[in-house]
Amino acid sequence: MKVKLVTSLCVVCLLSLAACETVQPWERGTLAKPEMQLSEGLDSPLYHQVYDSKEASSGGSGAAGAGCGCN
Amino acid sequence: MRTIVVLIMLLTSALSHAAAEGDTAPPFTLPNLDKSATYSLATGKVIYLDFWASWCAPCRVSFPEVIALQNDLGSDRFEVIAVTVDENPAAARRFLRHYDVPYQILSDPDGVVAEQYALPGMPTSFVIDQEGSVSLRHSGFKSGDMTSIRRRIHQLLETAL
Repeated sequence: MKVKLVTSLCVVCLLSLAACETVQPWERGTLAKPEMQLSEGLDSPLYHQVYDSKEASSGGSGAAGAGCGCN
Repeated sequence: MRTIVVLIMLLTSALSHAAAEGDTAPPFTLPNLDKSATYSLATGKVIYLDFWASWCAPCRVSFPEVIALQNDLGSDRFEVIAVTVDENPAAARRFLRHYDVPYQILSDPDGVVAEQYALPGMPTSFVIDQEGSVSLRHSGFKSGDMTSIRRRIHQLLETAL
């Protein structure tokens, strides 16, 4: 019984190891994509819609623009 | 248990294989960005092989210095080969609009050659001597790094005289 439990635990551990993915240095461009961001990712449009309706206004939540483009 | 340990050791040894200094540079053939021509790594010249990407911030520091390197040393006995690992060639072209590049830009969107050279970071460059051996591997780039790279290239060019 105990051996079966240990074996099962080992199998689960090995399977979870197989789920790990190493991002190679040359693949890190994928992490730079907008959909990979934590704060400005897929949840962002929903967040902004709720924010805008609560504040009764829209815009003003992005980066400053215009001019020299250095902001 | 012993089998598991051996398997883990085999896996880690396969992962740690990199193009180290003194090794023969892995041969490759890659197309240029427009896919109008291909380039194969050849011997006879000192080669500065530079892996870069449009999303890599230090590459913006290295690019002007690598361009100056090629312009200073000419192309008779020295050649810069730049390999972009950008998945999207359009992103690489947008990056290149800012520079007047006098050398070849090759495209490795699937990272096949990057994997062969086991790049430890971005950017990574290799100085390859006239016989095709890796003389120097340089990972990352910050202002001032070109001094030691230039020194090594000059050493190789002088020994061939």
